[in-house]
Amino acid sequence: MIWVVFSLAFWVAAWALNVRLSHSSFVKTRIGQLIVPAIFGVTLLVLWQGVVTGLQVSPVILPPPSAIWERILASGPTLWADFQQTFMKGALRGYAIGCGAAFLTAVAIDRFPFLQRGLLPVGNFVAALPIVGIAPILVMWFGFDWQSKAAVVVVMVFFPVLVNTVAGLAASEVMQRDLMATYSASYWQSLFKLRLPAAMPFIFNGLKIATTLALIGAIVAEFFGSPIVGMGFRITAEVGRLGLDMVWAEIAVAALAGSAFYGLVALIEKRVTFWHPSQRG
Amino acid sequence: MSRILPVLAVVLAIVVLWYAAAVKMNAAWVYDQAARAGEPAPAFSQLVRLTMNQDRPVLPAPHQVITELANSTLGMKISSKRSLVYHGWITISATLLGFAMGTGLGILLAVGIIHNRAMDMSVMPWAIASQTIPILAIAPMIIVVMNSLGVQGLIPKAIISAFLSFFPVLVGMVKGLRSPDQMQLDLLSTYNANGAQVFWGLRLPASMPYLFTSLKVGIAASLVGAIVGEMPTGAVAGLGARLLSGSYYGQTVQIWAALFAAALVAASLVGIVGIIERRTLKRMGMAR
Repeated sequence: MIWVVFSLAFWVAAWALNVRLSHSSFVKTRIGQLIVPAIFGVTLLVLWQGVVTGLQVSPVILPPPSAIWERILASGPTLWADFQQTFMKGALRGYAIGCGAAFLTAVAIDRFPFLQRGLLPVGNFVAALPIVGIAPILVMWFGFDWQSKAAVVVVMVFFPVLVNTVAGLAASEVMQRDLMATYSASYWQSLFKLRLPAAMPFIFNGLKIATTLALIGAIVAEFFGSPIVGMGFRITAEVGRLGLDMVWAEIAVAALAGSAFYGLVALIEKRVTFWHPSQRG
Repeated sequence: MSRILPVLAVVLAIVVLWYAAAVKMNAAWVYDQAARAGEPAPAFSQLVRLTMNQDRPVLPAPHQVITELANSTLGMKISSKRSLVYHGWITISATLLGFAMGTGLGILLAVGIIHNRAMDMSVMPWAIASQTIPILAIAPMIIVVMNSLGVQGLIPKAIISAFLSFFPVLVGMVKGLRSPDQMQLDLLSTYNANGAQVFWGLRLPASMPYLFTSLKVGIAASLVGAIVGEMPTGAVAGLGARLLSGSYYGQTVQIWAALFAAALVAASLVGIVGIIERRTLKRMGMAR
């Protein structure tokens, strides 16, 4: 009981601190912007730990964060092998192939307004479909190893990137395109000098959406069959034998990998589209 | 007409490509059968005929999928365990329940966030960061844990759906409730409006376009959540279960039919939200 009381008290204290902090001038600084959400995150962890220990919740239902952390430390090599199989082999390769193919397709159909008008509604439609469903089919076609996972990722990331790139290529203004024409720029010159740079904010929007989809695709595809390594495989296997601390450890790794991947793409975006108003703020 | 024609052309091209792929991918089995029977390899015209109607093709031809879809929706009683209407309804009910839960929670939290600075600064970064996390990965765990707590059936799937639709709605609503500009807020304060009046009279109406945009994303995500949530339960019922049992028993036609059914459900759910959006925005005078 003392655990529950302590964690509730910690929660109240942290919340009061956050209320004070968010009304002070300290939050205007960069550190302040980071410290308030950090306090909230720590509070959640303490609350989780306190309630689980205090009420003696069975570790089969919800393991405390400390147990998950111990599990992460204890099974580092397994987690690393799973991460390599799912993220490096499945998700990253699929992401590269899918985004590359979508980009090239977008540039190709951009030359033909007819195709553009036809493919865009279809692409928008497909982007709303539950594409994860093709995972069992692709696992049948490409086997259990990472190739089938990469294939699922390719299909999942293709349409968001395609739709965004096509929209981006149309983003340059008529005036700007006329200026290129008065310079007698060729198609390729105006593509590389004007239209692709102008499309970059849109393309990166698609690429950022695709990072999450890539990881989801790679993990869910493993639910349908995989070699005995991989994050999706580990999650289903450990859920089956009620090793929930291992499941949470995998989820922590997945969350970390997903955020890092997104952050990396966002960082590249910042470098590439430094001129865009949203990046100058 | 000028808008429909290109779409039709693209769809037609996809169907043609599909048939070509079906012939190519199913040919191996035909050659294999011919070689086993000691016959010479079939000619092309015969090959095409033989690849179109296999029982377990690598890639079923479109007409096979359509036939299976029609058979399993119109061709049998709705209560039958093989009817896609039955399985579809199970998935849709989980989707809708989860969508309602996720949307309600998202809107409530968004209201809290715009009215409470501390909440905004603590919760919002986590809400945005959580978008980058593959939440779907926890689906099997939620199902199993709920099961060991004695909760089965609709609720665990709905919770996964709620989880997935919650974040788009939260982020969209926060953006929408903040969309009135300073001039409009100032006007209301010259009217001496209190907080509740500003909320009901200005912020909530102004957030509607944002809300509907995120509802469309949210309901598509809910459906994905419900389908994935049906997989680890051991393929009992629902579209996800049809996918899984099809993949266990190599029933490719069944997988494709379930996939098409899921696509139809997704399209109609998003379409219904779109119709409500258009009606509502028109009534509110915000139609574009």
